[in-house]
Amino acid sequence: MGLVRTTEPATSVVRLRVNGETHVLTLDNRTTLLDALRETIGLTGSKKGCDHGQCGACTVLVGGRRANSCLLFAVAMQDAEIRTVEGLAEPDGTLHPLQQAFVDRDALQCGYCTPGQICSAAGMLAEAAAGWPSAVSAVPGTDPSARGAGPAAQGADPAAQSAGPAAQGAGPAILDAAEVRERMSGNLCRCGAYVNIVAAILDAAAATTDEGTG
Amino acid sequence: MQPFQYQQPADAAGAVATVAATDGAVFLGGGTNLVDLMKLGVEAPGLLVDITHLPMDRIEPTPGGGLRIGAGVRNSDLAADPRVRAEYPVLAQALLAGASGQLRNMATVGGNLLQRTRCLYFQDVTKPCNKRRPGSGCPARTGDHRNLAILGGSGSCIATHPSDMAVALAALGAVVHVQGAGRPRTLELAELYRLPGDEPDRETTLSRGDLITAVELPPLGFARRSAYRKVRDRASYAFAVTSVAAALDVEDGLIRDVRLALGAVAPVPWRARRAEQAMLGRPATEETFRGAADAELAAAAPLRHNAFKVPLVSNVVTAVLAQLAGGVQPPSAPPARLRHDQADRPRGSQ
Repeated sequence: MGLVRTTEPATSVVRLRVNGETHVLTLDNRTTLLDALRETIGLTGSKKGCDHGQCGACTVLVGGRRANSCLLFAVAMQDAEIRTVEGLAEPDGTLHPLQQAFVDRDALQCGYCTPGQICSAAGMLAEAAAGWPSAVSAVPGTDPSARGAGPAAQGADPAAQSAGPAAQGAGPAILDAAEVRERMSGNLCRCGAYVNIVAAILDAAAATTDEGTG
Repeated sequence: MQPFQYQQPADAAGAVATVAATDGAVFLGGGTNLVDLMKLGVEAPGLLVDITHLPMDRIEPTPGGGLRIGAGVRNSDLAADPRVRAEYPVLAQALLAGASGQLRNMATVGGNLLQRTRCLYFQDVTKPCNKRRPGSGCPARTGDHRNLAILGGSGSCIATHPSDMAVALAALGAVVHVQGAGRPRTLELAELYRLPGDEPDRETTLSRGDLITAVELPPLGFARRSAYRKVRDRASYAFAVTSVAAALDVEDGLIRDVRLALGAVAPVPWRARRAEQAMLGRPATEETFRGAADAELAAAAPLRHNAFKVPLVSNVVTAVLAQLAGGVQPPSAPPARLRHDQADRPRGSQ
């Protein structure tokens, strides 16, 4: 059997679900999710920084998980539930706890990385609540519970954590500044607003725990 | 970027048949490396066969007591799996040392194994590169090779394999399941990769259309005492300069069994078999560990700007094994400077 050369046009009709709305678009297959959001749908909150998955400015939530939208082809995102920074606030305009914390902590200077930081943090807090480890907590003897530090994400049970790596995953990960810095390392801030970004995320994590909401 | 077609195959057999029969067709997994290479012009596939919807996303125990990991499992899911964390901590640690939270959510196990080198010359289409354009030359030998290979390289290529995960898998003796035109087959991880020799463009033993469907971890009880340590230029989100994956089984002070693999020092995830042999039956002491590391490094062929990796590997191997022998895992990755800024958060002693 010889090699086949495909001849169909390199465009596709794609149904994208973004912030609860459905968009049926005809796109060149080369269109990234980021470009579809910004250039076709008009949601310019997600930012293009490096366009190579290195800076995190394009971070959105896909099926609730944070991802670099510059490295996803829109054609592969058919029917995925995509959430951008425009979809985080309540319909009445009430800011998402992370957005409010960034305002309260002045966690930005130029603001270009902020949508990606906030979407990434939203995904990160869900990961921590699900008990996902990090390079900080995965090394036995260094998980924050052993250091007695930090607010727990969403009703953590420190006893389950201190039982060692085998027991991890049973409860939420406990976040402190070192954990937040490691888990957020995929988001760069060239203004260097990291100090306040970390503080804002820890505020939001604590508020989420206090309220017992997701 | 060149235009391309896009398909979602109904099953693995269809995916294999399409890629085998179509000029310029490639599989699309998480895309974290492939899409980037397409933007850079290093890759220009005519057809993307998206395999992320195929049922290869399970992590299942094997009858023999190991784990079978679907090739489509995302790096973050594998790192969070309680069985991996308890029974193969070196693998969880290696995964978490790699990339960023976003990229780990996207990247698949199969794609991680087949990712390409981050050698600057390979990624820059304006430069010669024997891997990208066979016969065009290798500027790295006299140029920027600080992070390139000291083991296993050749006159035509000294690129390093960039994966952290694969280093842990090499240490664990993982087996790769492959579906191709014929019957499904398995091969040792070491059999998947080729050293560059005179053909650095041929990186694996896979044929056109071969699809990695799963990675199997054999049962390895002493892997409960295992660790991954990564040395890099910044505390997080950087490729390794050197990494070490190790598992150690000590009884009555003697080394009963040991697994050792090195990352970022060779064109393949480097199983340090010579070092392993040098340690078997010997006392679990720093002297033994250092001697074993140096036995492995006897074959090293460093260049001017990466010669520092030779003592670095020796030191990291010795440190990781000593800590495993002492029942103490390597210290946490973040350096002290990250620990100053605890803001107003309470911190206990470590």
